[in-house]
Amino acid sequence: MSAVLPRPPVLPGPVEWLRANLFSNIPNALLSVLALYLLWKFVPPFVNWAFIDAIWQAPSSKSCREALVPGACWAFITEKHRFILFGTYPFEEHWRPGVATLLFFALYAVSAMRRFWTPRLALVWLAGLALIGVLMWGGVFGLSYVENERWGGLVLTLILATFGIAFAFPLSILLALGRRSDMPVVRSVCVVYIELIRGVPLISLLFMASVVMPLFLPNGVTVDKLLRAQIALILFAAAYLAEVVRGGLQAIPRGQYEAAEALGLSFAKRTALIILPQALKISIPPLVNTFIGLFKDTSLVVIIGLFDLLLALKTALNEPAWIGFGAEAYLFASLVYFIFCYAMSQYSQMLERDLARGPTARALKDT
Amino acid sequence: MDEGRHHVRAPAPLRPSASNSQKPRTRWSFNDPHVRALVYQAALIAAVAFVGWYFVSNTLRNLDERKIATGFAFLAREAGFEIGETSGFAYGAADTYLRALGIGLANTFRIAAVGVVLATILGTVLGLARLSRNWLIARLAAVYVEVMRNIPLLVQLFFWYTIISENLPGPKDALTPLPGLFLSNRGITFPVLHYDPAQWWLLAALLVGAVIAFLLVRWATRRQAATGEQFPAYSVGFGIMLGLPLLVLFAAGIPHEIHRPELSGFNFVGGAALTPEYAALLFGLVVYTAAFIAEIVRAGVLAVDRGQFEAAHALGLPRSRAMRLVVLPQALRVIVPPMTSQYLNLTKNSSLAVAIGYPDLVSIANTTLNQTGQAIEGIMIIMAVYLTISLSISAFMNWYNRRVALKGART
Repeated sequence: MSAVLPRPPVLPGPVEWLRANLFSNIPNALLSVLALYLLWKFVPPFVNWAFIDAIWQAPSSKSCREALVPGACWAFITEKHRFILFGTYPFEEHWRPGVATLLFFALYAVSAMRRFWTPRLALVWLAGLALIGVLMWGGVFGLSYVENERWGGLVLTLILATFGIAFAFPLSILLALGRRSDMPVVRSVCVVYIELIRGVPLISLLFMASVVMPLFLPNGVTVDKLLRAQIALILFAAAYLAEVVRGGLQAIPRGQYEAAEALGLSFAKRTALIILPQALKISIPPLVNTFIGLFKDTSLVVIIGLFDLLLALKTALNEPAWIGFGAEAYLFASLVYFIFCYAMSQYSQMLERDLARGPTARALKDT
Repeated sequence: MDEGRHHVRAPAPLRPSASNSQKPRTRWSFNDPHVRALVYQAALIAAVAFVGWYFVSNTLRNLDERKIATGFAFLAREAGFEIGETSGFAYGAADTYLRALGIGLANTFRIAAVGVVLATILGTVLGLARLSRNWLIARLAAVYVEVMRNIPLLVQLFFWYTIISENLPGPKDALTPLPGLFLSNRGITFPVLHYDPAQWWLLAALLVGAVIAFLLVRWATRRQAATGEQFPAYSVGFGIMLGLPLLVLFAAGIPHEIHRPELSGFNFVGGAALTPEYAALLFGLVVYTAAFIAEIVRAGVLAVDRGQFEAAHALGLPRSRAMRLVVLPQALRVIVPPMTSQYLNLTKNSSLAVAIGYPDLVSIANTTLNQTGQAIEGIMIIMAVYLTISLSISAFMNWYNRRVALKGART
């Protein structure tokens, strides 16, 4: 029997690290060299364009066009930032959408903290959304009335996404419960609704909201375009969220249903007190992923001409002075969307790790 | 998935039978769950019917007042608009709306089919790259995935379209990353094989080769099962499949002249070209969907237990066979269902073409409904087409899932 040799000592050091992680064998080394070459070829020019040679502030597009070294013209964004943030909202009243934006952030922050996950959170949301509505519309408390057509910019994107999710979520719970109901009629109505909405592109629903929905209403009754688009987004989001909630409902072990029934609880109590709290908790990570999708999807309202962040940028680009700075405009839009979506996705991953350690996850694993 | 429903239903008979055993229930009571269910469902039917009737009656009255025609008679009328690209079909402004919509559908399929193939390739490469032991490659793939899937597709489409149509140089100073390939603000121009009817023989040869390869693999598998003797059926089959067309190409002297694009005046002649719209849409769809596919592939490979690799190696299977016979079939079971929904998403997302002016089905239906004013019919056509695609793909998925499901396992 030969003695077991001790493990060779691992020397921590940059050279060993490079050898282990980049140059472990020949194909790997070739790949690394190729990747480094491509990085060297593309990253420095981009950094030069985007930062070093960029023009951050300029009174007009002239200095951008006459610059000797081609650099990004971020002056376009600086110059138009009010328009990008608030659209055509009356200039003197810009503090109102500004405060509304901050309120949105506050709502997101509160909802992200687990110790606020109580039924009272729903009330906080109701109050917050109502306050945002009052701020944006005005007409009371001495605020001047601002019609929907003048809302725009980033705040409109936040409104569409947040109100969309806030209203779609309760609807989706009803749909998910309905899809799992024993009553054949309820079940078929929910299945048809969910599959119908999920089977068609969002654009077709938005077109429907913009051109067909006015025909549905009796003569004289009009609903403005923003609200119609918002309804379409809510109906769309509800179908997707319903499938996520249904996944959560299916993951609840049968013993929980049986125990609730054995206690003699009614359907409403069983659902509200036993099943939903557990089902929603385990569906939070996929729910957040769906929220990310919906946040991105609000950009589609551009196609029916609603003035969200993206259309505000596009409109600013149409000004003769700023034609040709599309790359800067869309990179900026990408950055804004990325910040929101990346924050949500990191949050959802953190939550997933947390919940994997929690009591619910352990209970589920045991069954 | 039906577990939950079953056990909820199970205790229901207990209650009625307890009272039924003494005397049959004669009075209808709201406490009886069956009666309650009937009442609820009747109420739901009434509500749905009422809402439906309300919308339909309003719509009919509105259409009547605004003198908007109804029905699909407009499909046979002359469309009167030109379509930028027609996927190889003949079309003119004098053709009917029906034909225009057909062209739109063909354009949708042209972008979706190419997009699905390219996104699968790019996504698989990225997914495997993210699992690579090479730190740099894994990092780069991770950055790609995180960036691409957190930016809305529409923003990406606008970006690529701007880059192609505004920031690329004109045909005169077109970029040529590879000889014969030109990138300019007129789109992407590349060399193609000059068409000749005799080239159909190549396709025939390829098909024959495929059939031979298929039979060969089946024979080799059976022989191995019976005798244990092995035969390199895959490599030989692959060789036949590729070799046969090449043999036909050179031996039979089938014309294979390559058309290179050349600059003439202000544009290219010869070769084939992708319009800026098609190129931007294809690029955007592929780059965006690949990020999602990469995550699916990664999850699929990670889902296969390490022990499976090790067991396969312990059995003496070489790496490639362990992959093909042990790991891949198990990974595919995890990969295929979400992959199909990504393909569906790509197809549905191709409707964003309308934003950058690529004439897909939605874009043409939109033009049609603007011209005829028949919005309801236009949107019904869009929805019907996409629903048909979605439902047939989910039907196929269900069939596939039943086929690959673990035998005897509850799914």
